[in-house]
Amino acid sequence: MSDASDLVLETRNLVKHFPITQGVVFKSKVGAVRAVDGVDLQLRRGETLGIVGESGCGKSTLAKLLVSLEKPTSGEVIVRGENMARLSGQSLRRARRNIQMVLQDPYTSLNPRMTVGDIIGEPFAVHPDAVPRAGRARAVQELLDLVGLNPDHVNRYPHQFSGGQRQRIGIARALALRPEIIVCDEPVSALDVSIQGQVINLLESLQHELGLSYIFIAHDLSVVRHISDRVAVMYLGKIVESGYHLAIYEQPTHPYTQALLSAVPVPDPRLRGRRDLIELEGDVPSPADPPSGCRFRTRCWKAQPYCADHEPLLQIRQRSPHPSACHYAEIRDVIRY
Amino acid sequence: MSDMNALAAETPAPPSPAGRKSRSLAADAWHDLRRSKIFWAALVIIVVVLLMAIWPSLFTSADPHDCVLSRRHRGASGGAIFGYDYQGCDVYAKTVYGARYSILVGVCSVLLAGVIGLTVGLAAGYFGGWLDALLSRFVDVMLGVPFLLGAIVLGKRLAAEPGNSNGVLAVTLTLGILGWTTGARVMRSSVIEAKNQDYVAAARMVGAGPARLIFRHVLPNAMAPFTVVLTILLGINIASEATLSFLGVGLKGDAVSWGISISEATGYVRVAPGPLIWPSVFLAATVLAFIMLGDAVRDAFDPKLR
Repeated sequence: MSDASDLVLETRNLVKHFPITQGVVFKSKVGAVRAVDGVDLQLRRGETLGIVGESGCGKSTLAKLLVSLEKPTSGEVIVRGENMARLSGQSLRRARRNIQMVLQDPYTSLNPRMTVGDIIGEPFAVHPDAVPRAGRARAVQELLDLVGLNPDHVNRYPHQFSGGQRQRIGIARALALRPEIIVCDEPVSALDVSIQGQVINLLESLQHELGLSYIFIAHDLSVVRHISDRVAVMYLGKIVESGYHLAIYEQPTHPYTQALLSAVPVPDPRLRGRRDLIELEGDVPSPADPPSGCRFRTRCWKAQPYCADHEPLLQIRQRSPHPSACHYAEIRDVIRY
Repeated sequence: MSDMNALAAETPAPPSPAGRKSRSLAADAWHDLRRSKIFWAALVIIVVVLLMAIWPSLFTSADPHDCVLSRRHRGASGGAIFGYDYQGCDVYAKTVYGARYSILVGVCSVLLAGVIGLTVGLAAGYFGGWLDALLSRFVDVMLGVPFLLGAIVLGKRLAAEPGNSNGVLAVTLTLGILGWTTGARVMRSSVIEAKNQDYVAAARMVGAGPARLIFRHVLPNAMAPFTVVLTILLGINIASEATLSFLGVGLKGDAVSWGISISEATGYVRVAPGPLIWPSVFLAATVLAFIMLGDAVRDAFDPKLR
């Protein structure tokens, strides 16, 4: 399974710093927001990699870097052996066909003045060689059918659809160019809980049908648990723990992961109040001025002076069978349901 | 809602109901416009005024330049249904004949201002960076020029150009060149708002180039406030033409326009309000008609309101 030839996407030390500038005409850089600060990911064929973390940890910036909506400050995004970060013009346009994204908010991600047919057909208009002109209307209808919408609704406008249906339109657009990889940036967080399940199930069945690989970004741990094969936990622009999803959910070793998991609501009322609840204090530090050493130390109950001076690397440790970026990583059974 | 049927992913799609043809946005808009009373009211007024501008003799047989001082401020009589002004000219005839230059100057200057404002606002808003800084400061400078001073200097200069006998071209250019700034600012802000929308990011992700992004995504979603500014500018420009004519940098010779009639009549409001009121009514009705037309068309092209 972990054959190198199976790799469809890899990032190497991916960094994105947004400069903080002063002045209007003569701008001077006074600092940088380290939104993504050295991320290494591997995604294999047909696999779903879940990325979790709280708001502001750099998840969405990471997603934008992966689909080349932002240029990385440094590092590489390798899709099919090509570094997307270096490409531009025609070659970038061609490379984009392999990796597409489903955006978070289905209410703002569809142009209100275009019909559904135009929205889903836009990738074909941009890449005329993808589908011959005569077959485009047919292809659009097939895509609508594929995501469970009525193919006759091509002439409707986005506002005539519900949130879940709009997200299906967004998924159809992402599928149009037959990409291998789809980055889902919180694809269900803007939807009703009842609709979330339908969209997740659709994504799963599409994965099986088309052999897609997903990067699934979310702050909802139960959604990620359901869909992911592997999970990476992000904090302040860095991955703090990663592994197969059972390892992360059953045997978390990083204190931040443990705290996150303890915050997941428990459906069984009998277990409520009986489990280990970890309440973190304080807010996420500013990514413009992250703490020295371990970035989590300001909110960690295990923090020692050593943590302030030595940055923990994401690696397999004595008491952590999967990579964890904590000097004192150890399994703590936070949650069982 | 038949939309709900579509949620059932497993059921095969029902055949489309007969009679629902696919229509383009323009066809949809026309379908809506046909039922809009406001659209028809505006259209009737505009057509009448345009006819007035093109064939004034259709509406009156009187000559607007046939002025007899002995008829000064006389009330309505015979053909002169609006009475006579301070020089004894037929107010109705002057109003009918005044439509031509008022409409010509108003519409052309707004078109000119619209083209400049759209281009500058779009470029500044979409490309941002140093181009935005440069263009925005230039707009600030233009706004800093007092309108009358700028118009007098520019109008005098343009009027001196050869081939400019009646001053229409000079006034149009003057009003267009001085009037685009507000539109540019409004355009810039709505372009900035539109270009940061998710659907623009989605199109970029697919690989769409700048032309497609601008003309398919940004511009259609940024036009609405701009069109409102332009319709208001139309009224302002028709009135400003009068100011400029009054100051001697506008229409020349014996040209008649609503603006000139209005500014001439203001001195005699208490003696004879008619010569002031009638051209003003025509001016107001025309501006209102253009605003209503703009509103109706804008709404018809907005799928969210359908």
